[in-house]
Amino acid sequence: MAMEAVEIERLIRAAFPTAEVEITDLAGDGNHFAATVTAEEFRGLNRVRQHQLVYAALKGKMEGSRGELHALALTTKAPE
Amino acid sequence: MNDMSNPAHAAIKADIDANDVVLFMKGTASMPQCGFSSRVAGVLNYMGVAFKDVNVLADEGVRNGIKSFSDWPTIPQLYVKGEFVGGCDIVTEMTLSGELDALFDAKGVAYDREAAEKIRAANA
Repeated sequence: MAMEAVEIERLIRAAFPTAEVEITDLAGDGNHFAATVTAEEFRGLNRVRQHQLVYAALKGKMEGSRGELHALALTTKAPE
Repeated sequence: MNDMSNPAHAAIKADIDANDVVLFMKGTASMPQCGFSSRVAGVLNYMGVAFKDVNVLADEGVRNGIKSFSDWPTIPQLYVKGEFVGGCDIVTEMTLSGELDALFDAKGVAYDREAAEKIRAANA
């Protein structure tokens, strides 16, 4: 079952309540999304750590062949 | 998380210790089997970077093990001098920003800077 954009956004917002979150359905198939997350929590962290925090927020939904979410192109940054 | 009692983790550690640049990918450098793996292998090839390609599809233990080893749920995964650099999005971003050049400079990894400039010019 593919994840909905709203569900991805909900999970990310739950972890980063003050973040700016923008989700784009890249292919229109509910399975390939792009997310841009701008969160104060990312300040001072390298990109790997920033992405790890987002993946953690998605609670394993990216995992393996059972993952509901095949592809999430991720861009993370701290606010300017 | 690095767990040496996991044989896949030990094999992964051996690969990243023995090779300056290692790409864990689906398929091989010459025959990638996933668009994201293909993109990263393509960048490294184009930039003339010597790297070891580890085909995770050939070993289920490594395929699962690399995810816990790096605490990273997706493939491809790029390691430079034992350090996890990132997956497809991060490598793409770093290629276009020039940070990948800077990383290779800092780590003493040979690459073709002109080729990197060409990638940036083509994506400007």
